[in-house]
Amino acid sequence: MKLEMKDTPGQLVAALKPISAVGGNILAVIHQRDALSTAETLDVQIVLELPEGRLERLLELLREQNVGVVRIGEERLLEKRSFILIGHLMHTDLGDTVDRIDRTGFAEVTEMSLVMPAINAPSSARITIRSINIDDMKSALTILQNVAAEKDLLVIEPLEEM
Amino acid sequence: MRIALLGFGSVGQGIARALREKDLGISITGIADSRSGLIAPGGIDIDAALAQKRELGYCGDPSVRPMDVALLAEYDALVEVTPTDVITGEPALTHIRAALGRGRHVVTSNKGPIALAYDDLIAEAESRHVSLRYEATVCGAIPIIHALQEGLAGNRVKRLSGVLNGTCNYILTRMSDEGLTYEQALMEARELGYAEADPTYDVKGIDAAIKLVILANTILHMDKALDDVQITGIDLLTPDALRLAEEQEMTIRLIGEIIPDEDILRVSPRIIGKAHPLVVEGTLNAVTVDTDMAGEITFIGKGAGSVETASAIIGDLLFIRDRYVTGT
Repeated sequence: MKLEMKDTPGQLVAALKPISAVGGNILAVIHQRDALSTAETLDVQIVLELPEGRLERLLELLREQNVGVVRIGEERLLEKRSFILIGHLMHTDLGDTVDRIDRTGFAEVTEMSLVMPAINAPSSARITIRSINIDDMKSALTILQNVAAEKDLLVIEPLEEM
Repeated sequence: MRIALLGFGSVGQGIARALREKDLGISITGIADSRSGLIAPGGIDIDAALAQKRELGYCGDPSVRPMDVALLAEYDALVEVTPTDVITGEPALTHIRAALGRGRHVVTSNKGPIALAYDDLIAEAESRHVSLRYEATVCGAIPIIHALQEGLAGNRVKRLSGVLNGTCNYILTRMSDEGLTYEQALMEARELGYAEADPTYDVKGIDAAIKLVILANTILHMDKALDDVQITGIDLLTPDALRLAEEQEMTIRLIGEIIPDEDILRVSPRIIGKAHPLVVEGTLNAVTVDTDMAGEITFIGKGAGSVETASAIIGDLLFIRDRYVTGT
């Protein structure tokens, strides 16, 4: 997110404090005086991870500190798992298989590697699914398993969280 | 301590040899294989029995049947190491019942009776004040049953996961290391004697599933049958799948898993980090138990083999001797 705050001592700390107060984790702070910005204010970009549902509370706290939020970037999907699929992936409409996950709105296939050894031989693919949280990942996996059962595909799951 | 030994194949012979070589105070007063039996109250001549088995294919007198040995020989403990039948549990189930009915201890490597009828058998053993032990049924030489029953007593098992089938692990190791196809790796495993002529039982995950049932029922107080286990074998895996895992520093292993709180028993190929303790090479087995007090503990060792299984059987016999058997 991009924040705008008064360029006076202690302001940056005041802006960062609420982030830890809501259980967030700061990944990067980018802090530069822009020639275009007025002398009184300072623009700071912060990249952070937040537990789900805490964003509203953070914004409230920042307002209380008189820190203006200029822009909130895209919420990133934090859970990530790779699965391997084996079977007749193309003949069973791989696009549809991916779409059934993407369509959920809470999870999406973000990477795929596909190997097709020979016509009529089963192909193998590694797909990476991202979701907002673990429960959504579990729901996405259930969908994937159902699609796989329908299309006679084998899903290999990770043993541990990845 | 006197034992009767039913089953004189690779495991039975391994036990006989180990007892002959080690002075453990255990004598064999009866032996039998599927075709013959021998009863000798003063102790069997093990060398002669091994030699006859080698020359004639059977170890004793063809007119003496295994049940005769179970019912008539004088022994403190019956050692049941006949081949496993997971559908009926026979003939081992009848042999074990006969011994318990006589008030004799039983030690077995046979998965059938333990997976199918443990509750009945242990109730019978308890009512007769004798012991029924089965360390050799799960993971060969790894003393996982002893560890869970004695060493980790009082712990709650949150999760148990492991590589429980050496044949599958060998095949997957070779597919991963050499890029072999499943069929090539299976053929190699057969040539080396790691896979049966009919490998179904191993590669479809059934053998691993039975071991989970045994652990679930006998240690974790669950009431499970083979049908309760979600089973996926390794026979559909492609070398490409292993390569795709490899690209992320991962590999694929057949993992048996029990999560008691979620009522899950499951055998399936899983993607697993190459540095994970369960990633063992070749025919090795490995089991991780995650417990509330002890945390995670991993056991790695040989899951099959004549001497390795004898190790588990003899451990059980000495456990019984030290607790129950007095005199010779």
